[in-house]
Amino acid sequence: MEAKEPEYEDIPGTTVFDAKRSRQGYHLNMFCMSLMKAENREAFKRDEKAYLAQYPMTEEQKKAVLERDWNGMLRLGGNIYYTSKLAATDGLTFQNIAAIMTGSTQEQYAKMMLEGGRNPAGNRSKKEWKRG
Amino acid sequence: MARIIAGVSTSHVPAIGAAIDRGRMQDPYWQPLFKGYERSKEWFRQAKPDVVILVYNDHASAFSLEIIPTFALGCAEEFPIADEGWGPRPVPVVKGHPDLAWHIAQSVILDEFDLTIVNKMAVDHGLTVPLSLLCGQPKEWPCPVIPLCVNVIQYPPPTGHRCYMLGKAIRRAVDSFEQDLRVVIFGTGGMSHQLQGPRAGLINKEFDARFLDKLANDPEALTRIGHVEYVREAGSEGIELVMWLIMRGALDQDAKEIYRFYHVPASNTAVGHMILENR
Repeated sequence: MEAKEPEYEDIPGTTVFDAKRSRQGYHLNMFCMSLMKAENREAFKRDEKAYLAQYPMTEEQKKAVLERDWNGMLRLGGNIYYTSKLAATDGLTFQNIAAIMTGSTQEQYAKMMLEGGRNPAGNRSKKEWKRG
Repeated sequence: MARIIAGVSTSHVPAIGAAIDRGRMQDPYWQPLFKGYERSKEWFRQAKPDVVILVYNDHASAFSLEIIPTFALGCAEEFPIADEGWGPRPVPVVKGHPDLAWHIAQSVILDEFDLTIVNKMAVDHGLTVPLSLLCGQPKEWPCPVIPLCVNVIQYPPPTGHRCYMLGKAIRRAVDSFEQDLRVVIFGTGGMSHQLQGPRAGLINKEFDARFLDKLANDPEALTRIGHVEYVREAGSEGIELVMWLIMRGALDQDAKEIYRFYHVPASNTAVGHMILENR
């Protein structure tokens, strides 16, 4: 039987952390969770590759972490509340990584929020995002 | 007998906690937000609850992907402040109310809500930011707090309808507790916001305004909002609004709206706040 794609997959620019992604991203997210401890943050900063080797993550997931590919991590099963711990290790806030994930500068993104945020009009369905 | 006198809904944005802790409440960016909570603080002082039941979500602080309880009720004597990666917030330890918490646990389980009982749990900004907004910066929190932690990170969270019905079960539990206690219930999180991906920064003022109207006057209509609609209209993290429905379910149908505040932005988020009193 072919699985029907869930309705939420039509929402553009959005990754819903469902069962499939939770299973795919378990070790990636648990790596991020480990950064809650100061000694782990130190060890990670000292040698990122060696630290990541402790976790049975895919090479693609490790690459996304090393390159700080924030959207890539979500695509590979990362969850924002976990990847934000990696961001905090780098001294970045939620708003800093949000700007990066939207392809804006910090100034552009902060200005958009001050002006009322991203309007839902034109952002509800992938059909509206043909503009790429 | 114990009774629920009022409900409070409020966003729990971590940046609000950071602004309080770093003394930035008078910065031009933050001043309008904190001004909006001045009346609420005064209201809370006068309401003088004996216990707060605080519905919130943990943000990968106490729980990780190892254990994901849908509803977890804190029954401990006290709850330490979580270190979310940059040291715990400099706020008082949260004292619990084990007598009422255990009574609620037993009552709602027999009422067919099979929640998880937690005796050891650190609490993060999801719980402490709402307390700071309503209580300011005291040396001790003014009353015991019973944390009710809801999963809204792993999809799917509980439905809005289930949350509303849990609120009603909590109401029955509180009503059947023998000690005379004045209880205020908080529903936190929301309003519209999206923290992740190319659509981050989504804010839907029309959705939020309708949600606030119906929270006061027609909460059952809100129980019919499905998960996809929340994500599409209020953003991937806007789905936290289901937690407000636990609070609302615990109040009278005709509870009276006595205060409302709405402000954009706090970091990535639309901040919404309402106080409702039972008549």
